[in-house]
Amino acid sequence: MHEHDVIVVGAGGAGLRAAIAAQEAGADVAIVTKLHPVRSHTGAAEGGINAALRDGDDWTDHAYDTMKGSDYLGDAPAVETLCKDSPKETIQLEHWGMAFSREEDGRVSQRPFGGLSFPRTTYAGAETGHQLLHTMYEQVVKRGVTVYDEWHVMNLAVTDEERPSDRSCHGVVAYDIKTGSVEGFRANDGVILATGGLGQVFDHTTNAVANTGDGVAMAYRAGVPMEDMEFIQFHPTTLPSTGVLISEGVRGEGGILYNDESERFMFEHGYANNDGELASRDVVSRAELTEINEGRGIEDEYVHLDMRHLGEERILDRLENILHLAEDFEGADGLEEPMPVKPGQHYAMGGVETDENGQTCIDGLYAAGECACVSVHGGNRLGGNALPELIVFGRRAGQHAAGDDLGEPQITTGKSDDYEPAEIDSPVPIGAVDPDDGTEPAAADGGAADGDAVLDTAVEAERERVEELLDSEGINHAEVRSEVQETMTANVNVFREEEGLKQALADIRDARERYQDVGVSDPSRTFNTDLIHTMETRNILDIAEALTVGALARNEFRGAHWRKENQIRDDENWLKHTLITWNDGQPELGYKPVILEGEDKTYEPKVRSY
Amino acid sequence: MSTDAPQTTDETSETSTEDAPAEAPSAGDRRRAQKQERAAERAREEAEAEAAAEAAKNTVHLKVFRYDPEVEGKQEPRFDDFHVPYEKGMTVLDALMYARDTYDSSLTFRHSCRQAICGSDALFIDGSQRLGCKTQLSDLDMETPIRVEPLPHADVVKDLVVDMEHFYEQMEAVEPYFQTDDLPDEELEEQRQSRENREKVKMSTRCIWCSACMSSCNIAAGDNEYLGPAAINKAYRFAMDEREGEEMKQKRLEILEQEHGVWRCQTQFSCTNVCPKDIPLTEHIQELKREAVKNNLKFW
Ligand SMILES: Cc1cc2nc3c(=O)[nH]c(=O)nc-3n(C[C@H](O)[C@H](O)[C@H](O)COP(=O)(O)OP(=O)(O)OC[C@H]3O[C@@H](n4cnc5c(N)ncnc54)[C@H](O)[C@@H]3O)c2cc1C
Ligand code: SF4
Ligand code: FES
Repeated sequence: MHEHDVIVVGAGGAGLRAAIAAQEAGADVAIVTKLHPVRSHTGAAEGGINAALRDGDDWTDHAYDTMKGSDYLGDAPAVETLCKDSPKETIQLEHWGMAFSREEDGRVSQRPFGGLSFPRTTYAGAETGHQLLHTMYEQVVKRGVTVYDEWHVMNLAVTDEERPSDRSCHGVVAYDIKTGSVEGFRANDGVILATGGLGQVFDHTTNAVANTGDGVAMAYRAGVPMEDMEFIQFHPTTLPSTGVLISEGVRGEGGILYNDESERFMFEHGYANNDGELASRDVVSRAELTEINEGRGIEDEYVHLDMRHLGEERILDRLENILHLAEDFEGADGLEEPMPVKPGQHYAMGGVETDENGQTCIDGLYAAGECACVSVHGGNRLGGNALPELIVFGRRAGQHAAGDDLGEPQITTGKSDDYEPAEIDSPVPIGAVDPDDGTEPAAADGGAADGDAVLDTAVEAERERVEELLDSEGINHAEVRSEVQETMTANVNVFREEEGLKQALADIRDARERYQDVGVSDPSRTFNTDLIHTMETRNILDIAEALTVGALARNEFRGAHWRKENQIRDDENWLKHTLITWNDGQPELGYKPVILEGEDKTYEPKVRSY
Repeated sequence: MSTDAPQTTDETSETSTEDAPAEAPSAGDRRRAQKQERAAERAREEAEAEAAAEAAKNTVHLKVFRYDPEVEGKQEPRFDDFHVPYEKGMTVLDALMYARDTYDSSLTFRHSCRQAICGSDALFIDGSQRLGCKTQLSDLDMETPIRVEPLPHADVVKDLVVDMEHFYEQMEAVEPYFQTDDLPDEELEEQRQSRENREKVKMSTRCIWCSACMSSCNIAAGDNEYLGPAAINKAYRFAMDEREGEEMKQKRLEILEQEHGVWRCQTQFSCTNVCPKDIPLTEHIQELKREAVKNNLKFW
């Protein structure tokens, strides 16, 4: 058994920042991560970090833009914390040596970004995430923080009191990918989940292969609600074969979208008569899919993004990296031919429910970064707002877990007084296939108060699970995973309607039942990725289901969530957060109000038009 | 089915069932029978997929290195053949993933981002170090089988996975973090850096720790303690950053001048040729040598 004060799960921007903060606050901290830190998907972020740094800009403007962008589903205390702390955190990165782009006067550069009233997106070329990730990893090396890399966290060690808010977390159970051993990691003061995105729930995504939502699924099964899971951002221009992102910059410079009939459909089919290709991400994504669904897609799959008319000189000057991306990942030459693009899953606004200090309703369990929902993005994330979330809330979670006093949070968690229960309308059973088979909940009986005992029990359970998976001769998890991914992309995409959502729930149920027969055919204890992927697929199942339940219930159009049956934002009925609780295998749906009252103003919902 | 691996696995599972004593069928037997049925079905499906791939004609033939220290039949390194249906835009990584998900789930390699930024999948492809995700099949000679091997000059853990510890140790041996005594007093005030200076360090900051350069380097292969091109480049990134100041630069040059530092480099350019991020490694190393000489002259 390993023992530390604070255990951070994940080493992307959020996890690294949390670890640094916990260490500065005096804790003995360790990071447990399934990828070596520099392999984390934070490295893929291109655009930049929003921070109100300059004269003429103010954090209150950033907060206003963010609330509006969230379609009034962001919580004001979280949004204001983000916008107030981002400048300090961004400059902190500079003080750690991050290689930002520079202005003539030597100060860090900022650029305009969609939905922002001031050019406050602070950047390092088109590789901001890479620079941020490496800069923070350097600090972790400098401080000698212990890193257990290539250790896959399988489960949390949480007590099993009836109400999740009475439970406490004492550590994690992890699998050493190199040797196959399953070990307990005792956390005396707290566990911080920073496991990143969940794009692998869909079959076409800008996310990495490792973004399987493990932290969200583990917290969910331990009793923490998943919040606002139905809000998924789809990016309109991703390469069809890999999902690699083609930045908005191409359309910003004048790139044009064409269908199979060479029509400039954004205008010719009236999707956005004013903004055309520059309409917001969700509008363009829906337009592309309509074209494809109506038979005007190319090879029935994608549309064309053409930038040839911009001329070689301008393309080389401003969009050079796009040429490389299209060439390397799609074999297309952007100077000679239009580039194929289609919408792809990009970002999860929802996640593990936390307060402004990163804390969940389970004592000692925290979450930060993309896996968390604090909630700053609400119904829709503005570009450039995820990286500041990593550093602002990563730091807060680290400090709080290490014992720093950050004040009383205003956001409530768990089933607090204003929790509103609701019925789940599903055509099939949901949740555990057999909730009474003794595998739920994860931890020991009788709410064992002794942390070591809780951890030991959890370790035993996971060791058994590994043996079972290695012994069984079942089906390949990849079949189950692709069944889920395909139905999610077909039915829970940018277009959502009741019938399709119900179909998705039925397909997920089917996949869940098939997962009961899954087996790992690689018998090896050495670097068994078959086993790891099989465990990840379980997480994908739980997340896909909760996401679809939330989408089916929310009959309105808000932010990135569109419903055919009610294509308007319905503030009267839906100005509230979705909460889905595992409830030991029999999921429950509920809601809690949005907090629109900020420190000294209330953000009144307005029409979101740009 | 053209791969050896699935055949081997299926054979062992069949033998173990045959060896089972012939008694009245127990629950365990039934389960085993079901398993066997499923295994047979899987084999059928695999054969069908393979046949379809062949029929599609447009297939690519991979020869992939296999090794597992603890699995029978894999302890002796060998090559497995995989035939994967080819589509325009397909990369070596796509083909490996297809082979794994369709033919043999034990095929093991690191990968994550699929976009040349996580640095996980540097491999030895048709005889040179490349990222699997950044290598279009169409850029290789598809007429002959494409050989995919783990990076040379590193210990193989399993199949295409090599032990990265030594590479990480070298990276961490050069104090790979920003150091200065001279930060602005204001929490919200940044250090100034000229555009020229940022441009100067820009390429060096693009390293994704893939270790392709280290694997290609003859010197590193012969001298296990040689820092290697990536670590020297990391040090260059800080030594040339004007924000660290002169004093720090001296210290960094001292680290680089050690016995296994810059002077080992014999300017063979192999690292520069394979770097997927186009970092001019050899040039950086040469520049550091010149700086070191200048520096020594000062103290003469
Ligand atoms: C292509 C792309 C471009 C983007 N551009 C921008 C941008 O310009 N600006 C912006 O603000 N945002 C951008 N985003 C969003 C932003 O980059 C991400 O939301 C953010 O980086 C996520 O960081 P993270 O630390 O939460 O997770 P990640 O960086 O994904 O890290 C997750 C970590 O968790 C670990 N982990 C996961 N599961 C386990 C497990 N079971 N056990 C152990 N460890 C585990 C992994 O090893 C990894 O270290 C972009 C996203 C993408 C995909
Ligand atoms: S210098 Fe280039 S080849 Fe070497 S590790 Fe870095 S990115 Fe890879
Ligand atoms: S998969 Fe990340 S670099 Fe190739």
